[in-house]
Amino acid sequence: MEQIKILLVDDEKEFVETLAERIKLRNHKAEVALDGEEALKLLDDDIPDVVVLDLKMPGIDGMEVLRRIRKAYPKVQVIMLTGHGSEKHEIEAKELGAFEYLQKPIDIESLLKKVKLAYRNKFEKSMVAATFAEAGEFDTAKDILKEKDKKASKRKNRV
Amino acid sequence: MQFQKLRDFISNKFFVIPEASSSPERYKALRRNITILMLFVTIIPLALMATINYYQYKNSLQSEVINPLRILTNKTKLSFELFLEERISTLKFITSAYSYEELNDENIINDILIVLKKEFDGFIDIGLIDDKGIQISYAGPYSLEEKDYSNQPWFHKVILDGDHISNVFLGYRKFPHVAIAVQSYSDDSCCWMLRATIDTKKYNELIAAMQLEPLSDAFLVNNEGILQTRSRLFGNELEPCPIEIPVGGGETNIIEATDNEGNEIFIAYSHFVDTDYTLVVVKPSSLILKTWFTFRTEIFFIFVGSVLIIMIIVFKLTDIQVNRIRQAEEKHELAFRELEHSQKLSSIGRLAAGVAHEINNPLAIINQKAGLLQDILTSGSGSSNSERLLKVTQSIVQSVDRCSVITHRLLGFARRMDVEYEELDINEVINDVFGFLDQLALHRNIKIERKLDDSLPKISSDRGQLQQVFLNILSNAYAAVDEGGSVCVESYPKGEENICIAIKDDGKGMSKEEMSRIFEPFFTTKIGYGTGLGLPITYGIVNKLGGKISVDSEEGIGSTFTICLPLKSKSIKIENNE
Repeated sequence: MEQIKILLVDDEKEFVETLAERIKLRNHKAEVALDGEEALKLLDDDIPDVVVLDLKMPGIDGMEVLRRIRKAYPKVQVIMLTGHGSEKHEIEAKELGAFEYLQKPIDIESLLKKVKLAYRNKFEKSMVAATFAEAGEFDTAKDILKEKDKKASKRKNRV
Repeated sequence: MQFQKLRDFISNKFFVIPEASSSPERYKALRRNITILMLFVTIIPLALMATINYYQYKNSLQSEVINPLRILTNKTKLSFELFLEERISTLKFITSAYSYEELNDENIINDILIVLKKEFDGFIDIGLIDDKGIQISYAGPYSLEEKDYSNQPWFHKVILDGDHISNVFLGYRKFPHVAIAVQSYSDDSCCWMLRATIDTKKYNELIAAMQLEPLSDAFLVNNEGILQTRSRLFGNELEPCPIEIPVGGGETNIIEATDNEGNEIFIAYSHFVDTDYTLVVVKPSSLILKTWFTFRTEIFFIFVGSVLIIMIIVFKLTDIQVNRIRQAEEKHELAFRELEHSQKLSSIGRLAAGVAHEINNPLAIINQKAGLLQDILTSGSGSSNSERLLKVTQSIVQSVDRCSVITHRLLGFARRMDVEYEELDINEVINDVFGFLDQLALHRNIKIERKLDDSLPKISSDRGQLQQVFLNILSNAYAAVDEGGSVCVESYPKGEENICIAIKDDGKGMSKEEMSRIFEPFFTTKIGYGTGLGLPITYGIVNKLGGKISVDSEEGIGSTFTICLPLKSKSIKIENNE
């Protein structure tokens, strides 16, 4: 099993650090950011595979961080993990291209399952894109990579 | 000054309605005040009108009745005077037409008497009296020749005045009559006089000519108060008159008096100029004012009837009105309670999301820590584990504490809604409420400034209700400010009896129009998601706790809500008093 690079963003220090520790115990890489700014800085240094992002944070809030990640690193999969369970937020997050919207508290196995799904999703997309790219159809590859964004924007237009 | 005092007294006495709503005393007082006021405004004008009518009618009636009485009296007196004047003139004519010697002739004097009796009513006899007072010649039914009149007072009066009309007397003749004497002025002899007596029948005829009503009376009385004619009320001739007639004055006067039986009477009297007679006309007031009494009775019954009807109507109306007010107030109170309840539910709803978030965070920590424990236990290696385990469990306990604080607050907030007074520290209440909102402030980057005066005394109030008040106002403040805005809460004492809490934000503020309406139910600026109940409920609660809430706002600059609370709640005072 390959190691997934995960970035955990949450302002609850105890929570996020424990989570990181447990993820590491399960042989994945985990980094911790306590707010949006720190997360974006870490992203610049080292691009993770999956970002687990809290919604409500001081400073730049989760939704904004999600927006920026999707813009700057479309390949990075984002899972929202929040105590705020409003449907409105969920729809918004999904439209912005979040892979999943999860509610606290969640047990680590389910979270890791989703993380793996997200990773595979990213990987599969990359593979498909790579196949198309190999075939010389770069546009299609790009489309595949950006598929989610399009879907999201379409949905937005409909709304 | 006096008036002011009186007004204060009246308003204190009558128009202070106990504030404590829905108490029976309040409605009693209300009923009393409305009744008094309504009776006052209806009966006073009615009474005034009745009184004015009464006096006006009385006056006009009196003048209408009294004037004819005066005229009648005067006319009759003149008739009397004319009658007497005529008799005196006749005698005077005889004295100048006949000489002493002629009159001394029995035949002549008898002839004269016959003519007098024929031509003039009332002559009974006639006599010639010489200067010594001896009647030397006489014609008439009695034999009175040689009678000596020199000792009689009228004899001297005639010598002095030239003529005399006597009072009525019985004399030798034993029936009421009047003596008239005139002195002769002829040149040939001196100081003889002619004396005639007249029947008072003529007097009675003159009085009868007045055509008085049966209950009225008219009579002549002399200066000594002796009746000169028969009085229907006071007896026969020569009996003393029981009523006193004022002396003097030639004109006709009317006085009001009471007779010996206590009846009210009008007395019209007129003194004769030449004789000491007074004509008296007596009319019972009841007769004169019969219409007046009817009117008075009518007016009395109309007044009493109207007052009774007014009173019935006033009492009925007041009853209906007060009952309506009571019903309306009860309904209002019920509606307010329901409103309060629904607002509470809505604020609980609003809180729920925030609280869930808050609870989920520590729960997530517990979850992770417990998971880590499992991980450590399953990996089961190393002796340093016990220290790690201790840290993990500590963290779990702390997180559980966090959860329980939140749930306790929520429970405290959702507690029953009746007012329950306790001694509490207002700053603590405010901090509690901030506890709910800290996360919100954090996420929206709202700067919170707390200028709480630690030296504030404890107040007696209701914790749950105050929490709701501050929660409502603070959530409004949070909603009003932009991201990064600031909210300032300040507590300070005001006077000896009050403490105030000012909640100031630098949000969008309100227009004057909005400001004047914010305490109206269902007025909201958060169209779509506001209930429009928060501030009205807040207002209601603050009032209920005996406090006051005021707002000051400027569009674009921010709003300040100031709540002043009494150290001792009013309703507590009332309870203590009772």
